[in-house]
Amino acid sequence: MNYEIVCGIETHIELATKTKIFCGCTTEFGGEPNTHCCPVCTGQPGTLPILNQKVVEYAIKAGLALNCKINTKSHMDRKNYVYPDLPKAYQISQYDEPLCEKGYIELDSGKRIGITRIHIEEDAGKLVHENGYTYIDYNRGGVPLIEIVSEPDISSAEEAREYAEKLQLTMRYIGISDCKMQEGSMRCDVNLSLRKPGDPNFGVRTEIKNINSLSFIQKAVIAEAERQADILDAGGTVVQQTMRYDEATNSVTPMRDKENSDDYRYFPDPDILRFCIDEAKVEEIRASLPELPFAKLRRYVNDLGLPEATAKQISRYRKVAEFFEGALAEGASVKNAANLIVGTIFSNMDTEEEKELFAVRISAAQFAALVKLADEKKINIGVAQSTLQKMLESGKPVEEFIKPEDLVGISDEVLENLCREAIEANPRAVDDVRNGKDKAINVMFGYIMKKTGGKADIRKAEALLRKLIGP
Amino acid sequence: MRAGISELAIKLRNREISAVELTKAYIDAIEKLNPTLNAYVHLTFDIALKAAEQADQMLKEGDAPPLCGIPMALKDNICTDGLPTTCCSRILTGFKPYYDATVWEKLKKQGAVLLGKTNMDEFAMGSTSETSCYGAPLNPRNTNYVTGGSSGGSAAAVCANLAVYSLGSDTGGSIRQPASFCGVVGLKPTYGAVSRYGLIAYGSSLDQIGPLTNSVKDAAIVFDAVRGGDKRDQTSVDYDYGPSLTQCLEQDVKGLRIGVAEEFFEGINPEIKSKIEEAIALLEKNGAKIEHIRLPALKLALPVYYIIACAEASSNLGRYDGIRYGYRTASYTSIEEMIVKTRSEGFGDEVKRRIMLGTYVLSSGYYDAYYKKACLIREEINREFDAVFETCDVLVAPTAPNTAFPLNYKGASPVEIYLSDICTVPVNIAGVPAISVPCGVDAKGLPIGMQIIGKKFDEATVLQVAHFYEQSAGEVIGAYEGGAGI
Repeated sequence: MNYEIVCGIETHIELATKTKIFCGCTTEFGGEPNTHCCPVCTGQPGTLPILNQKVVEYAIKAGLALNCKINTKSHMDRKNYVYPDLPKAYQISQYDEPLCEKGYIELDSGKRIGITRIHIEEDAGKLVHENGYTYIDYNRGGVPLIEIVSEPDISSAEEAREYAEKLQLTMRYIGISDCKMQEGSMRCDVNLSLRKPGDPNFGVRTEIKNINSLSFIQKAVIAEAERQADILDAGGTVVQQTMRYDEATNSVTPMRDKENSDDYRYFPDPDILRFCIDEAKVEEIRASLPELPFAKLRRYVNDLGLPEATAKQISRYRKVAEFFEGALAEGASVKNAANLIVGTIFSNMDTEEEKELFAVRISAAQFAALVKLADEKKINIGVAQSTLQKMLESGKPVEEFIKPEDLVGISDEVLENLCREAIEANPRAVDDVRNGKDKAINVMFGYIMKKTGGKADIRKAEALLRKLIGP
Repeated sequence: MRAGISELAIKLRNREISAVELTKAYIDAIEKLNPTLNAYVHLTFDIALKAAEQADQMLKEGDAPPLCGIPMALKDNICTDGLPTTCCSRILTGFKPYYDATVWEKLKKQGAVLLGKTNMDEFAMGSTSETSCYGAPLNPRNTNYVTGGSSGGSAAAVCANLAVYSLGSDTGGSIRQPASFCGVVGLKPTYGAVSRYGLIAYGSSLDQIGPLTNSVKDAAIVFDAVRGGDKRDQTSVDYDYGPSLTQCLEQDVKGLRIGVAEEFFEGINPEIKSKIEEAIALLEKNGAKIEHIRLPALKLALPVYYIIACAEASSNLGRYDGIRYGYRTASYTSIEEMIVKTRSEGFGDEVKRRIMLGTYVLSSGYYDAYYKKACLIREEINREFDAVFETCDVLVAPTAPNTAFPLNYKGASPVEIYLSDICTVPVNIAGVPAISVPCGVDAKGLPIGMQIIGKKFDEATVLQVAHFYEQSAGEVIGAYEGGAGI
């Protein structure tokens, strides 16, 4: 039977603040176990949390970028549960007054996936199992997180992936997280149920925890939908439980339930004062947000006339888009700048991370200087590409590789003189052309190319030659 | 009469006595009396003598702060770097924090001499100090009676002159009630006036550190030394009290409006009631205006207190799992079993009772009926206090409905003991300051305390009235014979 997928995603994202949410410890990933800790983030008796204002600011950024309403009055709650990686036996989180609510992410299809809420909270430590012992590393404890909860608006594996990818891109764009799923700075829990098409009621859902790549999200949704469909087809009922996705076998299996109860006994944390966020501060943050990748994409296609595929590749990475727009501001043409970035610069970058970092050795202005030579047809595209490659390797400007005298050889005036020379030197070929043997013009092309070292604009040369030879 | 902090400070500066000599006198007294009184549970004599030497150096160099070289004590729930801090609980056996509470950091900078950590009810939960895992401290006034609690050791140490002053903590009366039982002065400052950083939490929205002293003036001096905003405690406030609260002490009470709420006198032992009325009459005779006011929500204060304090405690005490510090059970086969056994063996009955109460009132299905309702009533109590302070400068009330209980007094139920907090808990709920000053003894010779309650951050008026009463009433309880004799 056919079923409709009803899916929502909860995403935890580690914020890229320098220090933890309630103390001054570094948030840096890794480090020797328990070296990025202090009495506060290990919950020593008598210590108190101090809310890092940057965390609130970053979460507001995320909320605004995801079209959320910002709650200017908010507070922190305690979520009580016992687990060795949680040194206070409660996680400081937000329960009934999340910082942001009611946003959305728009998919390429135009469909909007609702964002229910975004709240801030602290991460827990990590258990390490070794030689039959369990060790605890609290380095990650107190690293700030935002939890982004979507509405159950997702109805296919592709949509699930696209939602997560757009979320990831947006968070990277606004600079609040690197969203590295393999390192755990972005973690997704997928909630999924099936129902018969048109059925207004939801089926029983399962939650697939901690999926750590975009493609696994897609695969996990497919695998879990199939598993649930098989159960329903056989007349069974889906059990509400927590699942794990296994990449190796591409299957979804129930997790051993380690939570003893779902009653977290939330209550407002008395150690942290209720906070009010100034409307003006929200507007200041809103004004500081960069143009987001999807707005950029639309602008590149509609206003700049870039093909969708190229526009997507450039708008996807904030640094690339900034480099591209920087070159345009210096007078480079849209088409040549875009093609040289995608064709030449990207060929030096194998991974997403490299494109994300976009560590090129030349500035946008230096790049524009090269593009403009191609725009003005002072060099052809092949030369532009090879010169750009040399610039990227050396970090040196275009003048290092193309001398002014190289360019003089192909100025309009020089080109016309060369054409005249070519005509004078090849009277027979000129006659042949006049007599209809059109291919004879190649003799003159050869002459001009030899004299310019291949840098002449062949179409311009042809036009000039025909004008000079006459009918 | 016993020398106060300022007299000792003068003697130290005049070289009549050195800080080392003074400290040794207190060490001798502790060695003699503490085996009986059990006021101290951890002694830090080595550190005290070293600190005294440094204090003498500071004094020699001149310009030493007021508390330099003065021997004192800290309640065992105030963190002291490298020194035992156990909340008198088995579960914190051997715990030595590697950080100082802000109050101790401030006192250390002044050259304070720490004699030791004082006995208390386990995790400050109790009104007699008998829930301490080290056994109860005894009331120096009569060793058949309790000191009160939870800062019982701090009160006993000051009463028996085993410390010039001490710090306690007050969540529902834990400074004022033992001060009242032992016949000393105890100040619970405004919530937020003193940093809670390093105070091991019981009820975080109620806890406040304050001094126990032999006089109101000493309380003002110690409060001056420990108050102030702290960037490590978001709930602390950097209120501008001016340079020193001792300056307000010389004023009289003429024209001050003193509120008397009958709700504070319901169910109070008649002997206590009449002593408080005598004190009120004395203040009136000296020009104070007595305003009879009502605080109807007061009768709800006790349940509100026990709900909020226990709810917060159930969460605050979740961290004692045997993993990182303190007591760990001897044998276990899984982490879960280790945590369960550690907590079962490590906590005493009263702590377990309050953790269970708190867990219950926060549980889904009960939250609205208990915790949420308690928070709403708390707001109502705050509104009533705010309204009363529109027409009154301070309120006067008994500190406790009774004098000290006999040791091992079981009462009818834990609730009977809880009822003894009835006069003190409203003050914590409202977050206002209050002091307990001795105002007489009952027929058994046990001290009675009078409570003076003020507006938020108006410790000045509270201290002013308390000091005026103390000076004009004269000796209301006999001097304690013994202790350091200085």
